[in-house]
Amino acid sequence: MKLKKAILCLLAGLALSGVFTGCGSKDSENTLTVLNYGKYLDPEAIEMFEEETGIKIDYEEYVTPENMYTKYRAGAIDYDLICTSDYMIEKLIQEGEVLELNYKNIPLSENIDPAHFAFSQSFDPDNKYTLPYFFGTVGILYNKDMVDESKVNSWNILWDKEYSGQIIMADSVRDSFMVALKILGYSLNTTDEAKLKEAQDLLLKQKPLVYSYLVDEAQDEMISDNAAMAVVYSGEAGYALEFNDKLAFSVPEEGSNMWIDSWFIPKSAKHKENAEKFLDFLCREDISMMNFDYVYYATPNVKTKAALDLELQENTTIFPPAEILNNCEVLKPLDDEVTMKINLLWKEVKAAD
Amino acid sequence: MYNLKRQLLAGPYLLWMAGFILLPVIMILYYAFTTTSGHFTLLNISSIFASIHLKSLFLSLKLALICTGVCLLLSYPLAMILNKMKEKSQGFIVFIFILPMWMNFMLRILAWKLLLSNNGVINTLLEALGLPALDILNTPSAVVFCMVYDFLPFMILPIYNAMARIEDDILEAASDLGAGAVTVFFKIIVPLTMPGVISGITMVFVPALTSFAISDLLGGGKVLLIGNVIEQAFMQEYNWNLGSGLSLVLMIFVIASMALMSAKGEEGGAGVW
Repeated sequence: MKLKKAILCLLAGLALSGVFTGCGSKDSENTLTVLNYGKYLDPEAIEMFEEETGIKIDYEEYVTPENMYTKYRAGAIDYDLICTSDYMIEKLIQEGEVLELNYKNIPLSENIDPAHFAFSQSFDPDNKYTLPYFFGTVGILYNKDMVDESKVNSWNILWDKEYSGQIIMADSVRDSFMVALKILGYSLNTTDEAKLKEAQDLLLKQKPLVYSYLVDEAQDEMISDNAAMAVVYSGEAGYALEFNDKLAFSVPEEGSNMWIDSWFIPKSAKHKENAEKFLDFLCREDISMMNFDYVYYATPNVKTKAALDLELQENTTIFPPAEILNNCEVLKPLDDEVTMKINLLWKEVKAAD
Repeated sequence: MYNLKRQLLAGPYLLWMAGFILLPVIMILYYAFTTTSGHFTLLNISSIFASIHLKSLFLSLKLALICTGVCLLLSYPLAMILNKMKEKSQGFIVFIFILPMWMNFMLRILAWKLLLSNNGVINTLLEALGLPALDILNTPSAVVFCMVYDFLPFMILPIYNAMARIEDDILEAASDLGAGAVTVFFKIIVPLTMPGVISGITMVFVPALTSFAISDLLGGGKVLLIGNVIEQAFMQEYNWNLGSGLSLVLMIFVIASMALMSAKGEEGGAGVW
């Protein structure tokens, strides 16, 4: 399969070589190709790194971990460094696509809270492959003026007919099924077909009440009062709270998903040392602080957290307290068969009337 | 010698066609007929008959038909009015129609999203006037609305061109021979503008049928067109084979509608494109 794809790409390359030249990466160049979530790194930090080291960064963004996987697997670009979420990293580790980090080249990784390396062990058992970047939970961002606050401690509020047309649901398979599975009292990593079907029934029942299915735009809609509540990542909620005093965030009692976004070096890397240099740079206190200010998600960097205002350190929306984290599960990758099934179930939800 | 030179001039274009049209189609064909492990299969093609894919396809066809119909109903009278105007103002009005195309169409859709949202400009205005709020964002209506908005110029311009080409002499001759306004319209204007109408229909129907960006942004993830299914197969599910198979089926629909239209166009006179 890989070979055939390579032949196809080669054919494409040959056909185009007369039209364009120099679209392939040149190994000799002192560059670094980074792939990251959207809005997930202060652009100024990239400029600083380029100035300090003379390494030129090619920076690219994606929306969901599935998008990232497609981009990486397409193989058109040799990425040197990728940041993505727990279950997708585990999948790539299982597929043998991840290189081990050389921590000798990342001395500043000591700034990272050892507790977070412990959390990461759920997908990277020996902490060999990944460096934690940001973490958080999934919960309900709601508008205090529109929502009865006594009800936001349960995911069930997202099924409340009173809020018909004012609910924003996550436009991502795993996050949406997480909510439904948690209401039913199941693990968010369940692979049992009957349980997934039950969750789908719940999501189908919810669809008429849903205003829209969104990922990155959910916070903007909430900031401009277009909906009463939205399923969002904790960091997004923290960001939205800054812009609209009427908003608040809650992680329901049924439990939720704890996610850890980490950096890893994929097998396609051509500039591993540059990638490690960049990782070390990201752990530096000032840079980590810049990125925290820009992204506003919980940082595992102890030095950065300690330097924050006490009020911010105690902000439970951004830094989920231990009792909430203990009630959360980390996503696990699903095998191909279950992935296909859950994708189909999700597609049926999206296509329903 | 002269001929050879002319052929050489077409070289860049042929190379472009080979690289960006022929080759991608071959790759889609390859993926469409193979499994992820590279074996031959027809499953990707036949999966269009899965109820969920059929549903999306029919929804796409339905919305594209509505959009084409609305565009036609809006454009034809407009082209007639335009044609009757003074030459100077004609140029100005046509310019106004083309003006929005100076801006990227994604930006225009995003603008509509803001305008139509619950607390958007339109609803604030309606509320101030004491009128009920417009609740069309994230529904198929919003998708059709924006398709019409986007594709209208592609309908107006060919019809207007065809109409402007009708000589006044012909219309006068018809009147002299005793034809009333209605007869002139149906016997002369309609047949002579048919090529424009046909090319307008094709230029609106095909992009409307295959669109996915509009439904993605204005459908709030609730309107799943066949274009969205294909996009999801490629981008979310990493199932290029399924995506290619469905693309191929969609291509058949596109080619069929274009063939139908060009056959009709030949009946009505020379085609415009």
